[in-house]
Amino acid sequence: MTEPVLSVRNLRVEFPTRRGTLVAVDDVSFDIMPGEVLGVVGESGAGKSLTGTAIIGLIEPPGRIGAGEIRLKGERIDHLPPERMRRIRGKRIGMVFQDPLTSLNPLYRIGDQLSETILTHTDVDAGEARRRAVALLAEVGIPAPQQRVDSYPHQFSGGMRQRVVLALALAAGPELVIADEPTTALDVSVQAQIIALLKRLCREHGAAVMLITHDMGVIAETADRVAVMYAGRIAEIGPVRDVVKAPLHPYTVGLMGSIPKPDADIDRLVQIPGTMPRLTAIPGGCPFHPRCPRAFAPCPTRRPELRLHGRAEVACWLFEPDMAEAAR
Amino acid sequence: MLAFVIRRLLQALLVMLVVALIAFTLFRFVGDPINQMVGIETSVEDRARLREVLGLNDPLPVQFGRFVWNALHFDFGISYQFKTPVIDLIGERFPATMELALVSALLSLMLGIPLGVYTALNRRSWLSQLLLALSLFGISLPVFLIGILLIFAFAVSLGVLPAFGRGEVVRLGFWTTGLLTASGLRAIILPAITLGLFQMALIMRLVRAEMLEVLRTDYIKFARARGLTDRAVNFGHALKNTLVPVVTIAGLQFGSIIAFAIITETVFQWPGMGLLFLKAVQNADIPVMSAYLLLVAAIFVAINLVVDLLYVAIDPRIRLETRSG
Amino acid sequence: MDAPSQPVKPDARSQGRLAAFLDNDIVYSFLRSKVTVVAAAVTLVIVLAAFLSPFIAPHDPFDLRQVSLLDSHMPPAWAAEGDRRFLLGTDDQGRDVFSTILYGARISLIVGVLAVAFAAALGIVLGLTAGYVGGAVDSLIMRAADVQLTFPAILIALLIDGTVRALFGEGRNEEMVFWVLVVSIGLSSWVAYARTVRGSTLVEKNKDYVLAARLIGLHPAVILFRHVLPNVIGPVLVIATINLGIAIILEATLSFLGVGLPPTQPSLGTMISIGNKFLFSGEWWIAIFPGITLAVLVLAVNLLGDWLRDALNPKLR
Repeated sequence: MTEPVLSVRNLRVEFPTRRGTLVAVDDVSFDIMPGEVLGVVGESGAGKSLTGTAIIGLIEPPGRIGAGEIRLKGERIDHLPPERMRRIRGKRIGMVFQDPLTSLNPLYRIGDQLSETILTHTDVDAGEARRRAVALLAEVGIPAPQQRVDSYPHQFSGGMRQRVVLALALAAGPELVIADEPTTALDVSVQAQIIALLKRLCREHGAAVMLITHDMGVIAETADRVAVMYAGRIAEIGPVRDVVKAPLHPYTVGLMGSIPKPDADIDRLVQIPGTMPRLTAIPGGCPFHPRCPRAFAPCPTRRPELRLHGRAEVACWLFEPDMAEAAR
Repeated sequence: MLAFVIRRLLQALLVMLVVALIAFTLFRFVGDPINQMVGIETSVEDRARLREVLGLNDPLPVQFGRFVWNALHFDFGISYQFKTPVIDLIGERFPATMELALVSALLSLMLGIPLGVYTALNRRSWLSQLLLALSLFGISLPVFLIGILLIFAFAVSLGVLPAFGRGEVVRLGFWTTGLLTASGLRAIILPAITLGLFQMALIMRLVRAEMLEVLRTDYIKFARARGLTDRAVNFGHALKNTLVPVVTIAGLQFGSIIAFAIITETVFQWPGMGLLFLKAVQNADIPVMSAYLLLVAAIFVAINLVVDLLYVAIDPRIRLETRSG
Repeated sequence: MDAPSQPVKPDARSQGRLAAFLDNDIVYSFLRSKVTVVAAAVTLVIVLAAFLSPFIAPHDPFDLRQVSLLDSHMPPAWAAEGDRRFLLGTDDQGRDVFSTILYGARISLIVGVLAVAFAAALGIVLGLTAGYVGGAVDSLIMRAADVQLTFPAILIALLIDGTVRALFGEGRNEEMVFWVLVVSIGLSSWVAYARTVRGSTLVEKNKDYVLAARLIGLHPAVILFRHVLPNVIGPVLVIATINLGIAIILEATLSFLGVGLPPTQPSLGTMISIGNKFLFSGEWWIAIFPGITLAVLVLAVNLLGDWLRDALNPKLR
């Protein structure tokens, strides 16, 4: 029985404000196995990015981890002293952000930025660091890496820049890569390339991936498992094929229905009425209940927990055996 | 790149031309070159002849051209007050102002930048709050008031530093310097602090604001996500990105240092160009006013040009864009 | 297991109107910052005292019948040779320093406010025009702004004053000096307003509501003032408060240098320049008290401006 690379239990990320404490990530739990790609999907504001940021320890005050545990290969990392957490960042957990243009320091050559990362985490000399930098660039598919290693970020196109960003994130050989909307800022034609590259690199380096995105199509192509988040909680989590083909949670059903399928014979896309609630006004009970077409008695007042149903876990009263009776 | 430099040079020339036009208008029309040079007894015919000789009846563009030509040869006419060539007056006082300005600028940079970095990195420390409060004083107090308070404290009450003049100066060619004598060095302390305090407070606040902005950027976030040390993130990445706009603004501020020298020189009776200019304003000595305007404009324009070119040299984005563009 | 819903305070609208007002973000940040409240209070006190000066000043420093050379050079009331009639001492003419400070503060404030109003009006009009009309007009205005920006305000103000002095000689009277001061300070600071307003105008110009207004045939001036201007008020206010501090300092500096308000109608700056002459002979109060007043006034105005800038900055909210 292999140990998960990442194990998150009951994670709670909150923001104290003068109007009270806002909870942005509420009691989230999941595991990621070595080499696995876990997709985390949901609308904007669902708390997916915050979960990733919490894992790598970059939540800015006044935000904080209010409760829960995060374990990296069994070792607790959620409340480590700053210097120890710094050593984990980059070396054991890498993170990639959405906008490759703003992710790179415009005043430094990318070769220097790569070398710096390598030198921070490994005990090699400058010459070796540079060699590795060139090798990394070649690996991510930058043509003529020997020359381009001395270029500045703005001399690359968007897709190339994201490749450089991937190279930087993988430079120190992390076990887990958190990719936060890695393709959203890119042209559609380039998105598929970057996703394929990400998957290949992580497979070759033996890294697990937490792929955060709102694009269900990307998840369907790339992920092994997927977690669907809503209002800071996980609504459903399971193998990709199951969740996509046979969604359980009414929210997931709505999400799947809203994806245009060119060959499907439908007149209108499914729309989920309403919008995700703001942090200051999260409904009681199951947060999705005001928009849910199948809400019934317990939904407004009692919050459902994740429960195994087939191969997926789902947090919905419809799948509680005793409750489901009342629904009929 | 070359196109950019040429464009900037042309711009600078344009500004100088506009200023020259203003200076010329001042010189020719606000002051009366004749009435200031002759006595009341001079006859009308003599005045008319003088006008002819001095070329004051020539078409205006010709007069303007002559004015500019003279200016380029450092001939700015005769002072109404002192009856001596303006260029002599200015030349004598130029080193005093320049030394004061340079020492102040250096002081403000050497203190302002480190303090700014400190207050950005240690936002909540009591020292930062204190420094910020003091910097508010620095930019709120008028320069002359700072001077007076310093004089009151150190010259009147404590009696340790002089309140007037430049001390002993040493002549090096056409330059006179007070930095090579003990009395000269003591004399420059209070004026330099007075002149530089505002700049220092400004630079400190600017560095702080810029650095806080930079620390919020994605590339800093990404740098942290890669596990770079705090030192590398704060001083390697953030500081470099902060200094680029700061250095350019600080450079541009040098121009205002020269202008504020007028006030400082008045308070400390420092024998520089600023004091000369003020006396000229008080006595409507137009030739001196217009010469000062031209000279100071030339300095400002030159500084702006240098700063712009420097910016291009430092920021690779602009450098490479202008090369290909 | 039920999770309790978020422990969040009830919406402000459900409370009384006073509570809702106090809950407003801007007011909240104001009251929260003790420094700003103090600064506002101080400013208010000084402004009120200055404007009520005819009523509350113990003496009228400009009434030549009340002023006597016999009273001159007296130290503050608590000093050995002080006189209780003159709280902060007297100057070389025998005028009560305290009263003169009140009147002086009043004049400094009036000049400052008028100069800011002038600069703002000029800058707004030029900015709106440049942004809306565009083309050559825009270029011209912006070029003028660039040229002017190369020069510090003090230089421009001095030049204007020197020119007027040369043109009118000693025929200038006090009222002319006053207005020249206002105009020269105002002229040296219009650029910031113009640039900001121009920027906002450029943004608003292309919005649908402006296009709609043009289609209906509304006169451009109406469109600009009634629709574009309100969107720009925020940044203009911030610039104005910073500008006020600068204007007050400029006026004080010009007066100190002897090219501002004369000793017959002194502002704080004039008083300091008078007092400067007597520093070495030990009569420090003539310069120091006006100096402190000036410093406190400008500091308070700057603090208010700082707070206003932070409060109106959407990024920091």
